[in-house]
Amino acid sequence: MRDLLTIENLRTHFFAPEGTIKAVDGVSLRVREGETVCIVGESGCGKSITALSVMGLAAGSSGKVVGGRIEFDGRNLLELDKNELRTLRGHEIAMIFQEPMSSLNPVLPVGEQIMEPLIEHLKLGKKAARARAIELIAQVGIARPEQIANAYPHELSGGMLQRIMIAAAISCSPKLLIADEPTTALDVTIQAQILDMLRRFKAESNMSILLITHDLGVVAEMADYVVVMYAGKVVEEGEVTELFSHPKHPYTKGLLRSKPILNHRQDELYAIPGQVPNPLELTVSCYFHDRCGQCMDVCRSREPRLREAGERHRVACWLYEEAVAYV
Amino acid sequence: MSEPLLDIRRLKKYFPIKSGLLNRTVGQVKAVDDISITIRPGETFGLVGESGSGKSTVGRTAIRLTDKTEGEVAFKGVDLYALPPQELRKLRPKLQLIFQDPYSSLNPRVRVGDAIGEALLEHGLASKDEVRDRVLDVLSLCGLSSYHIDRFPHEFSGGQRQRIGIARALVLNPELIVADEPVSALDVSIQAQIINLFRRLQETNGLTYLFISHDLSVVEHLCSRVGVMYLGSMAETASRDDLFREPLHPYTKALLSAVPIPIPKLKRERIVLKGDIPNPANPPSGCKFHTRCPFAVARCAEERPEFRHVGGERYVACHLV
Repeated sequence: MRDLLTIENLRTHFFAPEGTIKAVDGVSLRVREGETVCIVGESGCGKSITALSVMGLAAGSSGKVVGGRIEFDGRNLLELDKNELRTLRGHEIAMIFQEPMSSLNPVLPVGEQIMEPLIEHLKLGKKAARARAIELIAQVGIARPEQIANAYPHELSGGMLQRIMIAAAISCSPKLLIADEPTTALDVTIQAQILDMLRRFKAESNMSILLITHDLGVVAEMADYVVVMYAGKVVEEGEVTELFSHPKHPYTKGLLRSKPILNHRQDELYAIPGQVPNPLELTVSCYFHDRCGQCMDVCRSREPRLREAGERHRVACWLYEEAVAYV
Repeated sequence: MSEPLLDIRRLKKYFPIKSGLLNRTVGQVKAVDDISITIRPGETFGLVGESGSGKSTVGRTAIRLTDKTEGEVAFKGVDLYALPPQELRKLRPKLQLIFQDPYSSLNPRVRVGDAIGEALLEHGLASKDEVRDRVLDVLSLCGLSSYHIDRFPHEFSGGQRQRIGIARALVLNPELIVADEPVSALDVSIQAQIINLFRRLQETNGLTYLFISHDLSVVEHLCSRVGVMYLGSMAETASRDDLFREPLHPYTKALLSAVPIPIPKLKRERIVLKGDIPNPANPPSGCKFHTRCPFAVARCAEERPEFRHVGGERYVACHLV
């Protein structure tokens, strides 16, 4: 499989009056053609900012990509100008968000919002674009597509709106779909429908998906490859079955153990003690050390590097670093 | 079987739909439509359902935070809706509510210690000198430190705020706590901490919970009995073991099969429901679930199934069971 997206040592920082927040600090990952990569982590770990950086949407009044490379299909996205990015976004890379209501225009019928990228990128005429939009609405499993095309966002349910977002996102057959918590706001029965649909589109079109989620259940269902982030850094990554059956980083292990699983009862849940560190107070160390049950002296003063820990499995933890160093 | 702590009988709560220039009532949303639940002392009753199923409204009407339309709610044999305001007020400390987002229920300008202690003073349950000690006790019970007492809400993380929300309810020595999605806004690692706290407090303080959640894995972990709601009606109630081992109602089956399980490549049978939850202002005829039910027959569209006893602790509203 060919690499479609390669992120190398990405650093996206935010500059607040209190100091610099290193939201994404040296993240590397790749997404191959036809592959689904999940970034998993808790709030504030930098998973969304990583995705927004790919779209060129992280930079703003206070945020900036301060280093790294983002290569998509042979082009370095960080060197593209605004217009070049614009032609890429919505065409070759599409993105859907957690809250479809806030990414749709409330005063425009949803059909017209699906027509926009078709007219802009595929240069379709209005009539053809409308016909295609109705086809797309039917494809995402909405009944009465002609009528729904004329509906405004507030007239539709959350699940319907997320379908509309997906219809708009896949309208130009993107090579990469970035989905940031696409089902988090939805009920489980609707989530199951949406995940099924994403899997189907991926299989039909060989589209790659970069899926951002906090839900390990969703990861297990969707991912080929998983990247675990903590406090702006990748702490572990690997193939989904390998990572779930042989997690190495104490954080990954803790995450997997702390989630109650249907039909797997336990008296007391394992809980990772403490909480995520304040991003303004980070010092050179393993950022997980104060919550880790296996913390050693070195963890408090030196940062572990991401190293090979098996086939297509890498971990950043001093517990494994030494073993590797002495080999 | 012990005497119920809370007995909800044929409870109905309708909200009027108003429209037009004269603001006339043009219809009703039957948020809670004939629901009966019995909760025994010391147990955790889990109420699950999707958004719009009416589970939160059940929680609020169960402790008379809003008025009911019909039905009865008895707390230790006393009809809450028949009590005069003064008597109800005396009972309030025994019936507490914990919300999903404690941040929106905390005054940003009030120190956490005062926020926790104010209800004690308000109900005359402690003198001014005692309050601080009582608050310190409950803070430590909830896993917070004594120096937190003089801090403001914005200085706390989401998980800590939920601990404050729990401390605030707990300080009054309640018997029943209605917890409305208390862990839904929390990250997994923090969620596990709070779930364990709920369980520990139940053991130490003999609490009874009505635990409202959309997350079936959390409910299975925490609850002894479970009720499944759909569009204002109860589809099924059963003991946890029965419900998760052998769900009877097609909706329960579909819900359980839709929960993502964190085990990759797991083979299991999945019932993917068609379509969305119908508009609660205009629910389907007969069995409300028939429009999405994969097993529906002609009768389901015509006749509303009775919520009936099917042995043991199980009640189901389905023609096919």
